[in-house]
Amino acid sequence: MDEVKKIKIGWFSFSCCEDNTIVMTEVMNDHWQEWKKIFDFRHVRVLKSKNIYDEFDIAFIEGAIASDEQENQVKDIRSRSKKLVAVGACAVVGLPAGQRNTFTAEQNQSIQFLIDRFKALPKVLRVKDVVKVDAEIPGCPMSPDNFLKVVNDLVSELQTTNS
Amino acid sequence: MHSFDLSLDHITKIEGNASLSVKVEDGKVKDVNFKTMEYKRFFTEAMKGKSIAALPAHLARICGTCSNAHIICSIEACENALGIKATEQTKILRALTLHGLIIRDHALHLYLFSMPDIYGKDAFLDFDENNPEEHQLLHDGFEVKAAGNFLATLISGRSVHATYPAVGGFLHFPDKAGIDEAIKKLQSVRPAVLRLIEVFKNAPFHFDRKTQYMALVPEHSYGYINGSIKTSNGETYGEEKFREHLEHVVLPYSQASAYQYDGEGYMVGALARVNLAKDLLHPETKKSLKSLGDILNLFPSTDIFYNNLAQAIEILHSVDESIDLLSNNNFVAEPLMKATPREGVGIGVIEAPRGTLYHKVVISADGLVKEGEVIVPTGQNQINIERDVAILVQNLLPDTPKEKIEFEIEKLIRAYDPCMSCAAHFLKVNWG
Repeated sequence: MDEVKKIKIGWFSFSCCEDNTIVMTEVMNDHWQEWKKIFDFRHVRVLKSKNIYDEFDIAFIEGAIASDEQENQVKDIRSRSKKLVAVGACAVVGLPAGQRNTFTAEQNQSIQFLIDRFKALPKVLRVKDVVKVDAEIPGCPMSPDNFLKVVNDLVSELQTTNS
Repeated sequence: MHSFDLSLDHITKIEGNASLSVKVEDGKVKDVNFKTMEYKRFFTEAMKGKSIAALPAHLARICGTCSNAHIICSIEACENALGIKATEQTKILRALTLHGLIIRDHALHLYLFSMPDIYGKDAFLDFDENNPEEHQLLHDGFEVKAAGNFLATLISGRSVHATYPAVGGFLHFPDKAGIDEAIKKLQSVRPAVLRLIEVFKNAPFHFDRKTQYMALVPEHSYGYINGSIKTSNGETYGEEKFREHLEHVVLPYSQASAYQYDGEGYMVGALARVNLAKDLLHPETKKSLKSLGDILNLFPSTDIFYNNLAQAIEILHSVDESIDLLSNNNFVAEPLMKATPREGVGIGVIEAPRGTLYHKVVISADGLVKEGEVIVPTGQNQINIERDVAILVQNLLPDTPKEKIEFEIEKLIRAYDPCMSCAAHFLKVNWG
């Protein structure tokens, strides 16, 4: 497969512990040779410095959405991506990154100055609260098998439509 | 004269999102601010009211990369608060959990983050399969990572957010077939780890600024869980002094407001550990290092790029130590040790891959968490990182192009192996 037809991958982390990024780099131990052939890792900061932010066949979104700025970023990524996948518990259900959503009034009072200072949203959001999501991989972290299944299904679909 | 602001909004090939700004006025570096771009997730607030049994898994979610270190450290804090003494087997399984973490986490940092800088590549995956040396390193990198991942999964259930370690012991025990497989994998990656050590021994990058360093140093053999805290000034804080050390040395320092100009910085991590405990490395590790040209004579060092070499050395130690522990122990099912809940304070101190990690927990008589503190390595390294960057940039002025300065800064920060997910809660922010 030549360079032009490689599947363009974006990997973006929002509010989370980035456990899915680590799982992805561990799954890579067994799949890197195949991935090197079929994927153009276009914007994956954990893997490279010269990231290109133009368009993506698959954008993976890890983490919950904690600010207006993040909300705008994820909308922008959506507008550039054929498929958008929410990975991990924080992206899919908003937790634990959004645990402040259920804090008591007293707890909220003690953290309010930080919410204000960082211009954070009053409530932390799931990815699907902000944009249309094509697939979700739940788990804290996501399971490698579920990740591979979603990746392989999307690759088959994109290769069919691209060919 | 030069006056400009330099700002790196997203430092790449590190754990998490960090940015850095440098202010230069009249050719002099005036200010450096290294900060996290992560939003706060309030783990130490959310831990209040949780049951002790749930606390380690909760605090693991501070950071995916370092999750298993947070779990072991939190368990230690909880057991100290409850007065539980771990069994010998539990201690060995915890040691193996940390060895698995060290192997896979250092390997990620060294191969995927740092090595591309040495070979003039943007990414590890850009290494050329048709070049014999690069081909070898590509395969080495993923095999070493996989061996660490296998060990971590066998012993602790998962290499990220482990499921087997618990307050009072382990919930699952490795079987013979898994142990044999782990030994085989570890033995087979040993030559790759020796090649890795050579790469970082010969790496052309150096930056040496005299600074203090600190690590938890065991009494007998090199490890990451037990011992006393030792400093480059020769001070020692035994286990009975951990609370005092945390509350009087580490915490006030981390909360100082004008630290950029006043306080003295110190460094934690693999370099600090090898500096303070190189004599305790596994005999096989020491033998190999000698045959590679007396590498241990390079330590103690404050050349931050030797942090990479120290990490490579630790991978070898963890491989050799794990092979020993797996070969010479029979693992049997043991019930969790229980204790009647009581009011208490517990301190956990371990060496996470990036340096000394402190957990403090205060529990009430009903076994619920009242409050706690978590102090992470990257928070402790912040001042050192900023001071190093200030001198690095000053030395590059006035003739170096901005792009080159940015690249040199990123390379230096990468050598510290910072973890921004951890730092999100604890790194000082300049509100400016």
